[in-house]
Amino acid sequence: MGRIFSGVPLALFASFTAAQNQVNMSPGVTEIGADIFELHMLIMWICVVIGVAVFAVMFYSIYAHRKSRGHEASQFHESTKVEIAWTVVPFLILIAMAVPATSTLLEVYDNDEAELDVLITGHQWKWKYEYLDETGENISFFSNLTTPQEEIYNTEAKGDHYLLEVDEPLVIPTNTKVRFLITANDVIHSWWVPELAVKRDAIPGFINEAWTRVPQEGIYRGQCTELCGAYHGFMPVVVHAVSPEEFQAWQAAKRGAAQAESQLALQTLSADELMAQGKAVYETACVACHGAQGEGGIGNAIAGSSVVMGDLSQHMAIVAKGVAGTAMQAFDAQLNEVELAAVLTYQRNAFGNNTGDIVQPGDVTGMNNG
Amino acid sequence: MGDHHHGPATGVTRWLFTTNHKDIGTMYLWFSFAMFLLGGFFAMVIRAELFQPGMQLVEPAFFNQMTTLHGLVMVFGAIMPSFVGLANWLIPMMIGAPDMALPRMNNWSFWILPPAFLMLASTLFMEGGAPAFGWTFYAPLSTTYAPPSVTFFIFAIHILGVSSIMGSINIIATVMNMRAPGMTYMKMPMFVWTWLITAFLLVAVMPVLAGAVTMMLMDIHFGTSFFSAAGGGDPVLFQHIFWFFGHPEVYIIILPAFGVVSQIIPAFSRKPLFGYASMVYATASIAFLSFVVWAHHMYTVGMPVAGELFFMYATMLIAVPTGVKVFNWISTMWRGSLSFETPMLFSIGFLVLFTLGGFTGLMLSIAPADFQYHDTYFVVAHFHYVMVAGAVFSMTAAVYYWLPKWCGRMYSESMGKIHFWISFIGFNITFFPQHFVGLAGMPRRIPDYALQFADFNMMSSIGAFIYGASQLLFLYNVIATIVSGERVSDEKVWDGAEGLEWTVPTPAPYHTFEEPPLVSKPAGTF
Ligand code: HEC
Ligand SMILES: [Cu+2]
Repeated sequence: MGRIFSGVPLALFASFTAAQNQVNMSPGVTEIGADIFELHMLIMWICVVIGVAVFAVMFYSIYAHRKSRGHEASQFHESTKVEIAWTVVPFLILIAMAVPATSTLLEVYDNDEAELDVLITGHQWKWKYEYLDETGENISFFSNLTTPQEEIYNTEAKGDHYLLEVDEPLVIPTNTKVRFLITANDVIHSWWVPELAVKRDAIPGFINEAWTRVPQEGIYRGQCTELCGAYHGFMPVVVHAVSPEEFQAWQAAKRGAAQAESQLALQTLSADELMAQGKAVYETACVACHGAQGEGGIGNAIAGSSVVMGDLSQHMAIVAKGVAGTAMQAFDAQLNEVELAAVLTYQRNAFGNNTGDIVQPGDVTGMNNG
Repeated sequence: MGDHHHGPATGVTRWLFTTNHKDIGTMYLWFSFAMFLLGGFFAMVIRAELFQPGMQLVEPAFFNQMTTLHGLVMVFGAIMPSFVGLANWLIPMMIGAPDMALPRMNNWSFWILPPAFLMLASTLFMEGGAPAFGWTFYAPLSTTYAPPSVTFFIFAIHILGVSSIMGSINIIATVMNMRAPGMTYMKMPMFVWTWLITAFLLVAVMPVLAGAVTMMLMDIHFGTSFFSAAGGGDPVLFQHIFWFFGHPEVYIIILPAFGVVSQIIPAFSRKPLFGYASMVYATASIAFLSFVVWAHHMYTVGMPVAGELFFMYATMLIAVPTGVKVFNWISTMWRGSLSFETPMLFSIGFLVLFTLGGFTGLMLSIAPADFQYHDTYFVVAHFHYVMVAGAVFSMTAAVYYWLPKWCGRMYSESMGKIHFWISFIGFNITFFPQHFVGLAGMPRRIPDYALQFADFNMMSSIGAFIYGASQLLFLYNVIATIVSGERVSDEKVWDGAEGLEWTVPTPAPYHTFEEPPLVSKPAGTF
């Protein structure tokens, strides 16, 4: 379908579209995004034209055939010819719409020949990204919302990317066909980035496929679009498209960092270091359920909790293995030893708990192995 | 027959034990209006929270309870019972029958509703809160991850289903058996036709919904795994079953609305309905097609491409019979002698806004484009155009149109017109901007949103408060009419009104058509 369909409306919309108040679909940066946008505009304009014609007739009638102007009602009430006409003509218009719709859909479904596979797993309420690699050295990490609670609860000014910012974005190379394998760990989520025109449900126990090829470097933001529980509105998607070279470098750095982390796990950290990192972990991984002041919410209160202030091994077991049948997940799969040690230390000393206990990465390793 | 010549019993037993179609119709209508206010109150909480970015009034978990209850109460408590109430009042009077065919069952199908909704509303006070999984209650959010109150929710849905099925059987039995001599099928008023078809849809799909919630119950309490992959089930199976019910359900809501405007537009155009036969066929085709399009709600679940294409084509097809209806209504107005009393205003409002909702529906049917629309505010805007501006506007038109016949008093026309204009403007301020934020990328069912959506959301909230307030005016107008409206005794009330219900005295006596009338003229002609 021709570019004419987007030219006119784009100009029209651009005139009253501040960056603030976008009123139309984003044409996106990918080829598919552009095709879908064209299709959207085509259908919309067909509807507008039909709508204007139909309502023009109606409003003319409202104006000209009113009783108050003395119009006498005629009594016709049937015409097979026009009935056939307004059945057949819309049918033909629909066929005209179906042709480009079908070809675009086939493109969307062309998942073959991907150069990079990324496994995306929806969790309540964060995304996990795992780069599948033949060598078995998979890079994997969680991507958490970083908007602080203070901004959400209006005690601090909101930043530019309020609710659309994460600690670690998904990084993908440009001009490369990337295939997403999408699934979920708990309930159904849906992974959506409007500018890439990719939206696919993440369904626990099943794997869906989608793909993209991003021509332009940039940061693209989206959100979970399937109601997935209390914090459904707080699990954004951020994709960072970088040049293939940069992507290589990023992968190497990620692998290096993973090794360094495992080195760090062997060291002894200071109380301050543990508390600082623990606070950071708590505020990304725990705050949604346990509250900014440890006051509880979906999870129970951390402040003054007898578990947290009691025996370390029980506290550690709950955090590492979760509590079956509740929203409390097993965090040993999500956090490394250093982070686990840090968040345990933090919970035992923050919110007035003040136990004075310091948990070292080594303690956690010992517990995981034993 | 002789002992039928009595008036209503007195006191509360009149309402508890009544088998009179008019009494039961009245109770349905008042009950649905109460539910409309309750569901509306939930909507006000939602819009107040969304007035500005940031969490303002409620917690995210409670917000989800509000969206869930708003949807459930509006669909099952307000819209559906209101049309059943209308059917009760009007179908016997329109076909010349003395009452519904199964009057005791009629009483029962109403009286099980209030306890069901009481139970549903009481979940708000239960530990873990009310259901918070959306009115579509997708598993496993509604099973493994649901609050304990889900069991009460399931029970409530079962009761509503039973009530709907009984109501529908009653309507089918009445229409098939109790038409006055000469009232052939093709002479029945459109409202009766649309309800007959709707009743068949209800009988077909309510058991499917009951099946879905029963499977949920089994998964939650009896260790089955219908909807859990870990036990060999499939969460997507839930969606297929739900929408096999849910899609016909939206036509269950809209077909009687079509029936209402097909009565009102001819009356105020003083001209018979254009294309009566094609209206009947269009309604039947819409009903048939509604069974084969359900997965258009599920384009993003990862169906095979052949499935996507099938559901896309089938869905697009529905535009044809729907278009026929719109063209017929406009042709009915064409060269009529139009006047614009409140019922007509609401019908024209319906026509314009429903058609708009139809257009966005056509856009949504296009599978590849739906990847961008799905689960955004664009969808929210779409279905409020068809549900509110469609069903609720037509229901409002119906109340203004038949109220004088029911109570023998005229409503205040100027207040009615004010109600229309505030509703119309408030509605559009609320829902039109939602198309924009949806296209710009705002997902539905979120309690807080990114800053670029702020202005339109504020506008939407303001519109919602206006629209909500206008319903109080409606309530006032109706009560004032019943209590102290100007008396009317004209049988016809409206000079253009046609049909048997306008041949009985005004107000309609407690018993009508104890002797069947003889029908000779085709419906809708002069
Ligand atoms: C998705 C919500 C959720 C998140 C996120 C979450 N928790 Fe929990 N947590 C819970 C729930 C629910 C319980 C209560 C479980 C039960 O019923 O025993 C709980 C219980 C606990 C307890 C036991 C408290 C007590 O007094 O019994 C600890 C300790 C705990 N969580 C630590 C953490 C830590 C550390 C994190 C972050 C790394 C975290 N939780 C993140 C939901 C969550
Ligand atoms: Cu999610």
